[in-house]
Amino acid sequence: MIYLNAIVQGLFLGGLFALFASGLSLMFGVMEVINLAHGDIAVAAVYLAVSAIGVTHIPAIWVFVIVVPIFVVGGYFGQRMFLQRSMGSGPITTLLVTFGLSIVLENVLLEVYSANSQSLNVGSLVSGSVQITNQIFLPYLSMIFLGVAVAALALVHLFLTRTRTGRMVRAVADDREAAQMVGADYRHLFGVAASIAAGTVALAGLALGMYTSISPSTGPSYLLYGFAAVVIGGLGSLWGTLAGGMVLGLAATLGALVDPDFGSMLPYLVFLSVLAVRPRGLFPKRAAL
Amino acid sequence: MSARAVTLGARGALGGRGALEPEAAIVVTRSHRPAPWAGALGIAGLVLLAALPLFASQGFLSDLVNLFILVCIATMWNALAGYVGLVSVGQQLYIGAGAYTVLYLAQHGWDPFATIPIAVVGSAVLALPASWLVFRLSGAYFAIASWVLAQVAALFVARFGSLGGGTGTAVPGLDGFGPVNLLHYYYWSGLGVTALSVLGVYLLLRSRMGLVLTAVRDNEVGARSVGSQVMRAKRAVYLLAAAGCAGAGTVLAISQLSVEPGNVFNVQWTAYMIFAVLIGGLGTVEGPIIGAVIFFVLQQTLANYNAWYLIILGSVAMAMAIWARQGLWGLLISKVPIRLFPVGYYVHTSAVERHGLARLTLGRTNVRPSASINQSKEP
Repeated sequence: MIYLNAIVQGLFLGGLFALFASGLSLMFGVMEVINLAHGDIAVAAVYLAVSAIGVTHIPAIWVFVIVVPIFVVGGYFGQRMFLQRSMGSGPITTLLVTFGLSIVLENVLLEVYSANSQSLNVGSLVSGSVQITNQIFLPYLSMIFLGVAVAALALVHLFLTRTRTGRMVRAVADDREAAQMVGADYRHLFGVAASIAAGTVALAGLALGMYTSISPSTGPSYLLYGFAAVVIGGLGSLWGTLAGGMVLGLAATLGALVDPDFGSMLPYLVFLSVLAVRPRGLFPKRAAL
Repeated sequence: MSARAVTLGARGALGGRGALEPEAAIVVTRSHRPAPWAGALGIAGLVLLAALPLFASQGFLSDLVNLFILVCIATMWNALAGYVGLVSVGQQLYIGAGAYTVLYLAQHGWDPFATIPIAVVGSAVLALPASWLVFRLSGAYFAIASWVLAQVAALFVARFGSLGGGTGTAVPGLDGFGPVNLLHYYYWSGLGVTALSVLGVYLLLRSRMGLVLTAVRDNEVGARSVGSQVMRAKRAVYLLAAAGCAGAGTVLAISQLSVEPGNVFNVQWTAYMIFAVLIGGLGTVEGPIIGAVIFFVLQQTLANYNAWYLIILGSVAMAMAIWARQGLWGLLISKVPIRLFPVGYYVHTSAVERHGLARLTLGRTNVRPSASINQSKEP
């Protein structure tokens, strides 16, 4: 029964990983950029939320109304003014620039907010849960997060398949030159993809901040989990990312049954084994997205 | 820095089997004029650094050890990224491997200094199976997989209570030296490890494999298409970088007197390497050294302002990666024809010289028209 509970919790955690990873997957799928600062952007969202709550006193559960739009706008301009320039000098430069951003962001947070860990207090929601049997609980917060993760992935999917801009983003991802010939402004579309990525990762960061406590140095480990979810699920496939997140979530909670440290190690081992056996992921998809 | 001059007929140089034509002789040398005195200067500097414990203050010496570590790891990271295009974010794996080998052997009664060569060789051996895994990937995947390997190693080591678990433990066997002698010994160890690392990269670049490396740096697909054994060269550099970073790790462990997983496996080491190399100049021997010195000076100057030095250096490094990829050393050599570590070739055509024109230098592109033809076995 304890295993069944771990599986249920693992699936919830996996939803969070997937929401976190969807931005990475989108950035890679559209412009072949791996943003190494992804984890630190999520952490920055938590700290911004802490400040926003301090100023406006709105309930923590609603703070995303303020934070997510800031990141959506920031993502667009960050891409247009900053990443786009580095993309011109080759993939190594983009990697180095985003890594530099990650270190700079982490240390700025350290200087401004100190190394103390922070969390977003959502009151009674943290402890509330539905009890199914003696051993199995469905925490409200986890259910909300899983719902938000699936809804966010579905919205991104609908945007990419049903709207004109979304279809143009996919066209640019498939063949940039051809898309340009029919009038697509790839710079603008890259900006759109980056702003969606920044919005989803900010959302994931806020969820993490409500679920557990965050410090400036936690960013990289979430980047690695997110990246692992993308690779396990198969590159550029959003639903594969969800599956990859679930696999990792299960590895984390089942590993934690052995001991807590093993819980943070097992997802990495699963990731490395997948790389060794199937470098293209468990659910590869040929076309981008 | 010996200047190797090869005189050949122009047709001989280009076609490989033509008759000598003295009229259009081409002279190929390793070094331009500044190199011989640069070599002498380098040796003099090394001797001066080695003699420094005789008159410098202890605080200065222990600061310099940190600089040596920085120069060593920056040089190694540059060999990976600057030449074979492997952007590793997991070199802290080998810093940790070196440090923990020292700790483990010292716990079993070894003299910590005697373990340094074992740790260096052992880490290179460890890097071989690691390379089988991470070399399946390229670009960002390689970067992140190497990072994950380092994370796994840190979590794995922390499970062993005898190695200090998650909080680390002191390296035994260092008390007997006395504080001053200990400082001098690890100062010389650091100097030796760093000098050997730089020399190793320099000699590798001047070797036959160095030609493959510079070819891969300039155009990997092109290098493959002319039959270069790119994978072998990449693996050799990966093992060398593991050995060098492990050497830095051993010096780190001894100089800090203890080993802690959160410190030796910290990704900040890789940040230091990357920032130093980007500022100094990617893909040159001199760049990482200059970058490391700048990094170190700023770190020391802003020591009272916590992490601000890292924020400033990181921002400068990012700006240089976008707008000045050749780094400070690259900017300098585009103006002045100077090479402290000549790894390229200079082609002087006598016709050009006769007319008193500037020499045609091909130092960066490493054209090797005559010597390689002389050495290779022709059918």
